[in-house]
Amino acid sequence: MDSKSQNAELPFASTAQFRLKAGLFPLTQLDISHYERDAFTEQLAQKAAEAPAFFQHTPVVLNFDTFEGTLTPPLGEICGLCREHGLMPAALRSGDDAILTQATDLALAIMPAGKTKVSEVASTAPPAPDPAPAKEEAPSPEPLPSAGPTKVVNTPIRSGQQVYAAGGDLIVLSSVSAGAEVLADGNIHVYGALRGRALAGVRGDTSARIFCQSLEAELVSIAGNFKLDEDMRAEHWKAPRQIHLDEQTLVIQPLS
Amino acid sequence: MARIIVVTSGKGGVGKTTTSAAISSGLALRGHKTAVIDFDIGLRNLDIVMNCERRVVYDFVNVINGDANLRQALIKDKRVENLYILPASQTRDKDALTVEGVEKVLTDLAADGFEYIICDSPAGIEHGAFMALYFADTAIVVANPEVSSVRDSDRILGILQSKSRRAENGERVEECLLLTRYNPERVAKGEMLAVADVEEILATKLLGVIPESETVLKASNQGVPVIHDATSTAGQAYTDAVARLLGDDVEHRFINMEHKGLFKRLFRRSA
Repeated sequence: MDSKSQNAELPFASTAQFRLKAGLFPLTQLDISHYERDAFTEQLAQKAAEAPAFFQHTPVVLNFDTFEGTLTPPLGEICGLCREHGLMPAALRSGDDAILTQATDLALAIMPAGKTKVSEVASTAPPAPDPAPAKEEAPSPEPLPSAGPTKVVNTPIRSGQQVYAAGGDLIVLSSVSAGAEVLADGNIHVYGALRGRALAGVRGDTSARIFCQSLEAELVSIAGNFKLDEDMRAEHWKAPRQIHLDEQTLVIQPLS
Repeated sequence: MARIIVVTSGKGGVGKTTTSAAISSGLALRGHKTAVIDFDIGLRNLDIVMNCERRVVYDFVNVINGDANLRQALIKDKRVENLYILPASQTRDKDALTVEGVEKVLTDLAADGFEYIICDSPAGIEHGAFMALYFADTAIVVANPEVSSVRDSDRILGILQSKSRRAENGERVEECLLLTRYNPERVAKGEMLAVADVEEILATKLLGVIPESETVLKASNQGVPVIHDATSTAGQAYTDAVARLLGDDVEHRFINMEHKGLFKRLFRRSA
């Protein structure tokens, strides 16, 4: 029989120090339209006060695609201000050569610019993080957007697959298998059984909710607050439920 | 147009090769010109199950590399008209398969008048398995009624619907589930998953349930695909599965516990 072929591929050599693996990490994008030091600092401080849980060494992508200012913004200064307020600039997106030069000097990763559409197809191994919010224009910096387009998936989401609704809600009309992961910046609705992991409000939207016809999840999370299956098996298992966040605590309620 | 059917599972040892042999024989028995290709390069098994291992001269990799043409490599089955086997290479590794090479072999088979091409996938989700499923129109996902096998089948279904050529063109691969080694008595004792449980988890169409049977092992050791054994329940179940694959409406059998009558208890049949 063919059971032997399970062992045909050896794991990587024992001397290897690492291996490269694709990963999808939802990143917040900071769309910077104008920069004036005092106003920028004030707005950052205000946002940080609104959502202190979000501003804790949170990696962000600085986006200058929509920058409307005439002068080249001082990137080093912006990065410094972000760090002071709990944001860690990790990468940058811009088509402006002067900004890109600064980014290289500051050792910031450069993301492909000007891409506003996210792939519609569920893929098993997304090649690179691509957290572009599907918004056509960004009038002002909004760290917690969740009013984007809704993503609807008609087919079952299988073990090993990951589906991310960037900037909006995710609706799954079938089941989410054990070992699959669904993520959304907004709410998640699952009209089949939810057996995998569901993470709503991944960019910090604490008002996001999860709805499912049968709660059998490995993990549910809203804005980073999560519960594992063992916390849900006793009471809510295999029942229609909605999950929301109340003061940093996940609340599970019957759907009725 | 040839219909390309991959027999896959993710997990090893669940009965892919047995199934490939039985389904391809069954299609040929129904009068369809059928080819069955062993994609398990380096761990060739299909030739043994089909009892043609001594007739292998050229193999799949030879054809891909242009060392032999398709007609030289195809082995005609001695039991059924219309059935041809393309064996795997035992001396190469799976990287010998290329998308272009596999596509050419499949196109040439179709041009040669083959109606069904069965691709016997290796276990795992690596290159060989990917090559076997990439061109599929239909996938027969073989699973045993146990949790880890079902999980792996789920994973392979995900790969099928996202990485195959059909998926790349925005189409779906027709998927169906074949549950093998099913034992209703052990299901009743709670030792095995029930058909309904597996169907619910995988949310896919059921092609057939093959009951656990000693005749399956005996058949592969003797090199006679089990579908030729019309007295065995497994053989009958495969015949039903082939009929369903061809669009016939056949009721599922062997799912529920057999009521053992007095006659049966007195003359215990081994099947």
